[in-house]
Amino acid sequence: MQRTLFDKIWDFHRVAQRADGRDLIYIDRHVLHELHAHHAFAQLEKQGRPVRRADLTFAVQDHTVATKPGRDDDTNPSGSAFIKAMRDGCRKNGIRLFDLDDPEQGISHVVAPELGIVLPGATHAVPDSHASTVGGVGALAFGCGTSELAHILTTQVMALKRPQRMRVKLDGGLGAHVSAKDVALRIIAEIGVAGARGYAVEYAGAAVRVMPIEQRMTLCNLNIETGGRSGFIAPDDTTFEWLARRPFVPQGAAWDGALRYWRTLTSDEDAAFDREVALDCAALEPQITWGTDPSQVVGISGRVPDPAALDPSRRAAALNAFGYMGLVPGTPLVGLPVDRVFIGSCTNSRLPDLQLAAEIVRGRRVAEGVVAMVVPGSSSVKREAEAAGLDRVFRAAGFFWGESGCSMCAGGNGDRGQPGERCVSTTNRNFENRQGSKVRTHLASPATAAATAIAGRIADARQLAAGRS
Amino acid sequence: MQPFTRHTGVAAPLLKDDINTDQVAPILHTRGLKEDYRAMLFHRARRRDDGSEDPDFVLNKPQFRAAVILVTGQNFGAGSSRESAVWSMLANGIRVIVAKSFAEIYRENCLQNGLLPVVLGSDAADEFIARVIAADGQAPFTVDLSTQQISGPGGPDICFEIPAAERTRLLEGLDDIGLTLKHSDEIANWERRAKTAQPWLQSARDSRRSA
Repeated sequence: MQRTLFDKIWDFHRVAQRADGRDLIYIDRHVLHELHAHHAFAQLEKQGRPVRRADLTFAVQDHTVATKPGRDDDTNPSGSAFIKAMRDGCRKNGIRLFDLDDPEQGISHVVAPELGIVLPGATHAVPDSHASTVGGVGALAFGCGTSELAHILTTQVMALKRPQRMRVKLDGGLGAHVSAKDVALRIIAEIGVAGARGYAVEYAGAAVRVMPIEQRMTLCNLNIETGGRSGFIAPDDTTFEWLARRPFVPQGAAWDGALRYWRTLTSDEDAAFDREVALDCAALEPQITWGTDPSQVVGISGRVPDPAALDPSRRAAALNAFGYMGLVPGTPLVGLPVDRVFIGSCTNSRLPDLQLAAEIVRGRRVAEGVVAMVVPGSSSVKREAEAAGLDRVFRAAGFFWGESGCSMCAGGNGDRGQPGERCVSTTNRNFENRQGSKVRTHLASPATAAATAIAGRIADARQLAAGRS
Repeated sequence: MQPFTRHTGVAAPLLKDDINTDQVAPILHTRGLKEDYRAMLFHRARRRDDGSEDPDFVLNKPQFRAAVILVTGQNFGAGSSRESAVWSMLANGIRVIVAKSFAEIYRENCLQNGLLPVVLGSDAADEFIARVIAADGQAPFTVDLSTQQISGPGGPDICFEIPAAERTRLLEGLDDIGLTLKHSDEIANWERRAKTAQPWLQSARDSRRSA
């Protein structure tokens, strides 16, 4: 029978069917973060249940950590209890922690792939909705809550209902200064914030094949913003080259064996999907959100939409968003003055993201009055960026260059905007108050964010780049 | 987990689609390991700019303060996987959410904690919403999981669907980990099989530390 890649990974990892009809899916790699883990550690201790596979479990400090240079446990006072409880729980349970001062600390979704902890065809779970970021290397990943986190620690399986299968086929090449972030925002705009609910989504097509791994991760990262249960991309030579020799991947003969298997990880040619979506990326321009959910998107040359032109089911939300965002229909996005720019988060904080932004920033200055921040996704990314001189490019332009963590994505570490500020951000959610009380967030790519910081207004990176030549 | 059989009380209408968990349980500036889940629920939505209570927010209205049932639109609980968005409901006595649809992680978090997620089809939901608005907190509704019915003022009983196994789990308050641990032997067998079929999955060693 013809099977999709999802079926192959799911069926291999299906341990049993539970009495309630759910499949028990073995989790090969489980990564915890400090915001949620302490509840689960406390629950296990109370119930006297041990961690089944501490050797397949890893932990990071990311959500609450300060980004200020020279940070310690207490730099963000509201994070210190979480950071210490994480350290304590990992020590008691024998879990490898990438602690605050570890040279490989960072955001779970950045650290796990860059160390080779996640692998093609492996299952992965994180108590965070953006878990499927690592689908970019061909892993099948699930976000979960705290109770499920305790369940995985105890049993190493998740009890899941088998999702349906969707394929999103992305054709055409991407234009200059257009990246996976723009593609993902357009997909969310097209299928909506619940368009993939109930589905495991395979991203495929020519546009995906030419994307470097970091961009594939950006694409899979935003899968949850369509409500998808998981999102992934079949691995290929680009994946294998990217993973080779990373510290946690199999080495030597074991690598060769794994590679032979990984080459079989594709959907069969005639495999049936429950839903198919296609998008031609060739004409795609940079995308940006204008509203308060990630489906409220326009091309950078577009305007805040006329509610009369929207689907009736989306009008009420749009009217609410106009008020919150301080926008009126018909306003062009380009030219809107901004107060803040944030480049970072599990969506767009890997080295190539920073390189794209630095290319635009180099030799220029952040506009007067704009607070601009770059927060690398991991301490390794930060080190590599510094070795390439990117920190100097950003700092010379007037950007803050921070220590790695989730930072302004959800503001859990105290990095927040001020009420009423307009912020262009490379993160994943433009929800009301997420980046600070009454902060108006526009989601965009690193290139758009960088161009905006320089202009002091929402800007089209293509025009800024053209102005230089 | 606390079992769920039947709850009777006020139903409050929160008639928006796509309410996300950042709205339900915002990350606040001052926090610690022991959080005040009661105060967390809709913390921002409940307040005006000066920090005082917004009398227009539904759960602040006198007739809805003790609501047991929350009635809402499409895709409730989108966004972050934070389970505090369920715990804060329970801390306020809310035991049932009736929605047109739920985000998947949120729905699972409800099931894990004995908060009943009821999905009604669009027409049935609109009829129920009209009855909840008409009742205006003056008469209670009853949600009975054993009969899978909602009863209350303004019309006949409404039937709802829920997968049989989830219903049993909620009715009996079954420990989800306990259910899975019945399969411990199969988990161990799978690990042995995987060690042969894909040995790299069963080992996550740091090659720099190998002895």
